[in-house]
Amino acid sequence: MSGAQVTSSVAEIQNKSVVAGMAVGSVARRKLSQRIAFGFTWLAGFLAVAALVWIVGYVVVQGVQVINLEFLTTRPAGGVSGEGGMSTTIVTTLYLVVLTIVIATPLGVGAAIFLVEYAGEVQRESRLMAYLIKIARIGVEVLAGVPSIIFGLFGFALFVVALELGFSLLSAGLSGACLILPVIIRTSEEALLAVPRSYREGSLALGATKWQTTVGVVLPAAMPGIITGVVLSVGRIIAETAIFWVTLGGSYRLPTSISHAGRSMALHVYMLASETRAFDKAMGTAAILIVTIVVLNLIINYTSRRLAARSMGRGR
Amino acid sequence: MESSKTKLKVRSFNMFYGDFQALRDVTVDIPIHRITSIIGPSGCGKSTFLRSFNRMNGLIPGTRVEGQMLLDDQDLYDIDVVELRKRVGMVFQRPNPFPKTIFDNVAYGPRSHGLRDRARLSEIVEHSLKQAALWDEVKDNLDKSGLALSGGQQQRLCIARALAVDPDVILMDEPASALDPIATLRIEELVQTLKESYTIVIVTHNMQQAARASDHTIFFNMAEDRAGYMVEYGLTKEIFTNPKHKLTEDYITGRFG
Repeated sequence: MSGAQVTSSVAEIQNKSVVAGMAVGSVARRKLSQRIAFGFTWLAGFLAVAALVWIVGYVVVQGVQVINLEFLTTRPAGGVSGEGGMSTTIVTTLYLVVLTIVIATPLGVGAAIFLVEYAGEVQRESRLMAYLIKIARIGVEVLAGVPSIIFGLFGFALFVVALELGFSLLSAGLSGACLILPVIIRTSEEALLAVPRSYREGSLALGATKWQTTVGVVLPAAMPGIITGVVLSVGRIIAETAIFWVTLGGSYRLPTSISHAGRSMALHVYMLASETRAFDKAMGTAAILIVTIVVLNLIINYTSRRLAARSMGRGR
Repeated sequence: MESSKTKLKVRSFNMFYGDFQALRDVTVDIPIHRITSIIGPSGCGKSTFLRSFNRMNGLIPGTRVEGQMLLDDQDLYDIDVVELRKRVGMVFQRPNPFPKTIFDNVAYGPRSHGLRDRARLSEIVEHSLKQAALWDEVKDNLDKSGLALSGGQQQRLCIARALAVDPDVILMDEPASALDPIATLRIEELVQTLKESYTIVIVTHNMQQAARASDHTIFFNMAEDRAGYMVEYGLTKEIFTNPKHKLTEDYITGRFG
């Protein structure tokens, strides 16, 4: 073996070990950064869940002390001591939800159908319509981000005062409908956009009209998404306080017509906590409120999954 | 062209998407109760041509047509589009059953045209599914979702759905291209039985399919400016054994396309 060969092979060996050393170092570093990233995401997830469990747990544990059949079935008695139960607020919340959804769903779904199915052709026919549709789209976007108290003030000015509906279920329902309209429009729009074009083509090719196609094929296919949007809105109505504070009044009597004032559960929590000494009863009502919302969310998950499965042909 | 009568006449037909000319000067006769296949390389406008017969291109904004298309000597651009599509049915490239039961899929067309009588609907559904050679496979599961069927079954369901409105003409846009070879063969056999009662126009990428399954063949090509035009048409056996144009020969022997 000549001297030159020896030096070259030594150099080669040194080279290899340098490369190998670098590789080992960088793998270790990459693994470390991966571990740190995993640790961080795990911590973030843990904190989020922990905060949720803590809040829900605290409210439920505190609230459960006052919850019994009597609390659920007697009506609030008023006064600074916050006597009585919460029965009328449960019923009022139910009325309010039904009224709001009945007002907002046809309008919201109708608007979404127009925007997805018909706006395109109308836009092409007239400049003015194109302009109006653009404004409507921007309007929906903006309204989705407006704080609920603004809807409340609007509802107060328009429905309560100007239209002389007073503090009433109707005023609150109309204001609540304004609040959830953008949510329903947007979720319905997304659901309609997700319906494959081939369904529409298949229907039109059979000689169905555009409206028959929309009602017969597109809407049923979009229904799981639309229902999800509506149920989310139900949650929103149950949880909102400020908007109903200025439109529903606060009477703890049971409303017997839509022109009567009332008090929803969320409003009851707010009023008990801010105007009476009965903080324990506020917690009790809050616990019922939270459980209602959690149950509602479970129902959404279950039904939308069921509906989606059925429309994909996996059901039955 | 044989002794058969003409169902669809196309005269100097041009079609534009905005400024782009998609079809140029097509003149052709499509005979009644025959299978006419349209072949040609990708982008030659054969699907666009097919979709002109039921005016599905009208769904795309900015389309414009010149010349004439006649269905039984009536300009089909003068017929109400709903009425036209009742007479000219369509089967798409990908099976597109609705997310409904098998029964409701087939009954969809007749219901859209106002038929409500349950007994009559059942009759139509059974008859259409039998014509589409699907009845025996689904007769016990008519309330199962159409989407739960296999791809080939779904396509036959779509054919049954098209047959249920009792059209004169059935347009098929590469109806077997998304299916496996066995399902493809079944569709081809089915199409052969359907030509006794219907006029069938079928777009296909598959040369063997055109050769073995059609009576007449139209060959399209794409011009320099990407407009589609018809090179030649005639009896399938003549197009495939003795083409008049060099271009047709090159295409069917696989030299381009």
